Amino acid sequence: MQTTSDDVLIGRIAGGDRLAMQVLFARHHVRVYRFVLRLVRNEAAAEDLISEVFLDVWRQAAKFEGRSAVSTWILSMARFKALSSLRRRTEEALDDETAGTIEDTDDDPETALAKKDKGAALRQCLERLSAEHREIVDLVYYHEKSVAEVSSIVGIPEATVKTRMFYARKKLSELLKEQGIDRGWP
Amino acid sequence: MNAADRNEATDIELLLPWHAAGTLSARDAQRVEAALADDPELARRYEAVRDELGQTIELNESLGAPSARVMADLFAKIGAEPAHRPALSVTLGARVREFFASRSPRTLAWSASAAALAIVLQAGIIAGVLLKEHGGSRTETFETASALMTAPGNGSYAMVRFQPQANIGDITQFLEANKLSIIGGPVAGGLYRVMVADTKLQRNALVDRIKKLQQDKVVGFIAAQTE
Repeated sequence: MQTTSDDVLIGRIAGGDRLAMQVLFARHHVRVYRFVLRLVRNEAAAEDLISEVFLDVWRQAAKFEGRSAVSTWILSMARFKALSSLRRRTEEALDDETAGTIEDTDDDPETALAKKDKGAALRQCLERLSAEHREIVDLVYYHEKSVAEVSSIVGIPEATVKTRMFYARKKLSELLKEQGIDRGWP
Repeated sequence: MNAADRNEATDIELLLPWHAAGTLSARDAQRVEAALADDPELARRYEAVRDELGQTIELNESLGAPSARVMADLFAKIGAEPAHRPALSVTLGARVREFFASRSPRTLAWSASAAALAIVLQAGIIAGVLLKEHGGSRTETFETASALMTAPGNGSYAMVRFQPQANIGDITQFLEANKLSIIGGPVAGGLYRVMVADTKLQRNALVDRIKKLQQDKVVGFIAAQTE
């Protein structure tokens, strides 16, 4: 069965087709939500933001030129809104939240368990990456974006995309090493 | 390992995450595969990349989904928005996107690659008709009377083949600027049937119109359809 392409849906949405909007929303909202949630780390805020993102899709569909994939276009808007939302938070609130995400390096029971489970340890370390590194790792691994697409979403040159991903992975190895897991690299 | 080899190795290593995710071009994927086959250390690091890929997916999948209120809120907001009044450009753009999207990539690729050969054959037929109708005078505009190019009913039509390098944005702009609508195609040679005017233009007017359209950079070939 052939599904209607995102480009076609956008064309219909530009013409005011709400059913097309429902289809596009159903197709992308979970991934966009997860992308935003990983950036803002607040479920209610992430829900509000994706509502805004898809409202912009409705409003701006006529301006979509098809120069990138629809999902890339939506993620670009989602990223912009997430970062704007983060900037709106007070410095103090941000500090509190950031502090809350930094894990105690002592071996609590959870960490001890993580050491036994390399996968769990890796996930824990993925959570501890900086927002910049989390973002690129998610875009490449989870959202399956090419170098060019990540460049378009994040607004950095393609060469920087590759090196940023490399340094994100390097940081991941360092965090794993702190947990007693040596990947032998870097 | 010389400097060039080291640079290549670094470049290949930078590409490993995209190779694992399957988002590299065929050429780059081939380069990475070759390097992995030759370099056990790189292959070991690639396994680490694959671990990261798997765990990133698992982490993201564990995040759940937004509540149903998001969709309800969104469509309540959309309901409060002024109704869309799509301009001609929007409807044309949407139609072009839909038209191209309805063709499989294989069909589109075939259209582009077959165009070179098919158009030579087509041009030969058309040139023959042209020489016959115009007494051998040279012109950039063509008319044909083949079955393929017979225009039925009211309106004025043409068959057009776009330049292979023209993207959908360029084509949309061309169609909008010239108030053209794609009616059908592609047929052999990557030709599309377009409506040039919704009335029957006089022969000379149609020829002039086609001459003007021929000048556009997105047009590889255009021929008026005559009854």
